[in-house]
Amino acid sequence: MVDVPYDARADAPPAEVPEVELYHPRSWWTQYVFSQDAKVIAIQYSLTASAIGLVALVLSWLMRLQLGFPGTFSFIDASQYLQFITMHGMIMVIYLLTALFLGGFGNYLIPLMVGARDMVFPYVNMLSYWIYLLAVLVLASTFFVPGGPTGAGWTLYPPQAVLSGTPGQDWGIVLMLVSLILFIIGFTMGGLNYVVTVLQARTRGMTLMRMPLTVWGIFTATVMALLAFPALFVASVMMLFDRLLGTSFFMPALVEMGQQMKYGGGSPILFQHLFWFFGHPEVYIVALPAFGIVSDLISTHARKNIFGYRMMVWAIVGIGALSFVVWAHHMYVSGMHPKFGFFFATTTLIIAIPTAIKVYNWVLTLWRGDIHLTVPMLFALGFIITFVNGGLTGLFLGNVVVDVPLSDTMFVVAHFHMVMGVAPIMVVLGAIYHWYPKVTGRMLDDWMGKFHFWVTFLGAYLIFFPMHYIGLLGVPRRYHDIGEAAFIPSSTHTLNAFITVMALIVGFAQMVFLFNLVWSLFKGRPSGGNPWRATTLEWQTPETPPGHGNWGKELPVVYRWAYDYSVPGAAQDFIPQNQPRATPAVQGAAP
Amino acid sequence: MSAIILFMAVIAVIAGWWLSQQRLTAKPWLEEGSIDDFPGTGAITLPAAKIGLGVFLAVAGSLFALFISAYSMRMNMVDWRTMPVPSLLWFNTGVLVLSSVALQWAQMAAHRNNMDGVIVGLCAGGASAVTFLIGQLLAWQQLRAAGYFVASNPANSFFYMMTAAHGLHLMGGLVALGRATARVWRGAEMAQVRLSVELCTIYWHFLLLVWLVLLGLLTGWTDDFVDICRRLLT
Repeated sequence: MVDVPYDARADAPPAEVPEVELYHPRSWWTQYVFSQDAKVIAIQYSLTASAIGLVALVLSWLMRLQLGFPGTFSFIDASQYLQFITMHGMIMVIYLLTALFLGGFGNYLIPLMVGARDMVFPYVNMLSYWIYLLAVLVLASTFFVPGGPTGAGWTLYPPQAVLSGTPGQDWGIVLMLVSLILFIIGFTMGGLNYVVTVLQARTRGMTLMRMPLTVWGIFTATVMALLAFPALFVASVMMLFDRLLGTSFFMPALVEMGQQMKYGGGSPILFQHLFWFFGHPEVYIVALPAFGIVSDLISTHARKNIFGYRMMVWAIVGIGALSFVVWAHHMYVSGMHPKFGFFFATTTLIIAIPTAIKVYNWVLTLWRGDIHLTVPMLFALGFIITFVNGGLTGLFLGNVVVDVPLSDTMFVVAHFHMVMGVAPIMVVLGAIYHWYPKVTGRMLDDWMGKFHFWVTFLGAYLIFFPMHYIGLLGVPRRYHDIGEAAFIPSSTHTLNAFITVMALIVGFAQMVFLFNLVWSLFKGRPSGGNPWRATTLEWQTPETPPGHGNWGKELPVVYRWAYDYSVPGAAQDFIPQNQPRATPAVQGAAP
Repeated sequence: MSAIILFMAVIAVIAGWWLSQQRLTAKPWLEEGSIDDFPGTGAITLPAAKIGLGVFLAVAGSLFALFISAYSMRMNMVDWRTMPVPSLLWFNTGVLVLSSVALQWAQMAAHRNNMDGVIVGLCAGGASAVTFLIGQLLAWQQLRAAGYFVASNPANSFFYMMTAAHGLHLMGGLVALGRATARVWRGAEMAQVRLSVELCTIYWHFLLLVWLVLLGLLTGWTDDFVDICRRLLT
């Protein structure tokens, strides 16, 4: 405890924070459609991302039906299977998770949590959403063009992505690349807003070290995304040149159908470097907001200050920096120099340290906390378990010697679905249950929520845990039909059928969730302004849902960090961030 | 990938330096009270647009660093044939330097409250930037006429792609410059104009720097440097 002398001046009303000139909608269109209010943009982002995410969910059912019951569904042929894989992966990673965490939660939570009236560039923020929507529409349009979407796999590796043997060679790949380029332009516009708002528009008293970890996570992830997405942009532009103008950036000399192609000398490995220079930070672009949000959920619902706040901040920043020097661990089987493999395996294992620190801190926050098993808390706990599981198999795959035999098997599929599929989705769902009352003014139904959690959590585990064993047997990924092979026992087929049934059940649970979202909007219990008795600023708004400009007449002033829960001697078990110190005695009481 | 790693290292140093000023070792659970007790930890007081431009320059810098990385990796392959650089590029470079100087002039005039100087600087800067773009298009035409097409060799492909990327960035800058000029035309207050002019100037200097690096790369001046970097890393 630091002995800070009590200073009466500190409680004097602070100097006026300069007001920003707020944009005022003049019509229904500019209020709800072409809105410049970050909260409306957040909802637009979230709905669009969820809609395209549902498409990806249906694609996963189709893939599972084929894998579980091969030969039964004649409408799924090998080409379509590859197209489903590609679109499922690309949509889930970029158009759903990235857009939802940064465009959705970022837009809604950053201005509210740092005490700003809005994002700093509202017009650019609006443009960001509309370009994102355009990117989604271009992507979705590939289902309807001749040849269908590309089937190159979500990594779009050349040369096969551009060759005629791959489905979607005519239009699919071109539109996919155009869509990615649009997405990156739109994201950059949004990302500038998120970063500058955190840097420049924090309210009085909101020092960096008083920011909730949610903001830290989204902020750091946005900085990373701004620096990493250009790699995908460059790769996409260059591949588009190869495909449309006949250049040979990535395309080596090839013979196709007996004909020498016009390409020659290009380097497919160059594409892999560019792609994974984006691709690996992308994992953490999705994970860091999840880390931040889950920290806040755990602290709030365990009524306890987050354990090791400083270490959590440092870990977020450290992971963000380290994630730029691990990309080639996705390329162990690309024939690279073994010394490179050693270097990248080392950095990969080092990044496990700050990640493990975070896991310990979440568990230690729960230790002797007043744990309320609310739906957001259940999802947060589900996240920790899933994430630890996925992280441990990451240690397997991070080692070159273990990765080489496991590469391209279902083990890899199981690993990344656990760590960056199920785990972040657990956080997304928990966060929706947590903040839905602020967005709508009503609580989501608890019974449906618990049903949703248990089916999703147990079901997802039953899908992906057995998949590790299938992978260890050597069953390859991306195969439309594994057929009969000596190394595949017949029990594998039974297990595959079981996984498919579980996938359908988990999918059904999501429909219950969607019903809950709509039903509670009209029939849910009114929540009041702060139903979880949370400390952070978004729960202290004068109106719920927050009005335009967020804060009424005066901006809030922050006097404390975001985690003053169960402070000894305090009247309530939480002290909002904008509450001035009540008595000098309270000061420094929290551990 | 050495260029992008180097660029990221620079960004990391800047970010690290800034974070080191932010009291990241503070124990916020002990520091209750008004911000006046903790000076220098509030939001940055620079205008949002200026910080926004700074962040954007980092993004654009990362983009060009990646182009350069790809360039230096691809030029190692056996089919690489270095392209002759049209002498027009030297003229274009001179015009772009003039453009930057004119905007710097406008910015200095804005600080001296000399509105006429601002107008002259902005117009001269804009006109020379447009001249640069036309010059680039002419250079493309000369190369095409000489048989250096975009797909005939990777060196050509990179030339067309990187000059296009740079030109597009400059065109984006011209939109901002046009808006600033229009504002001056409508008789805006000097205080409002000053920031716009300053931001345009920073952006112009950045694009000039990028162009000089690209030119060095495309003319082969930096080959030795690239080679040293590669040897260091392999």
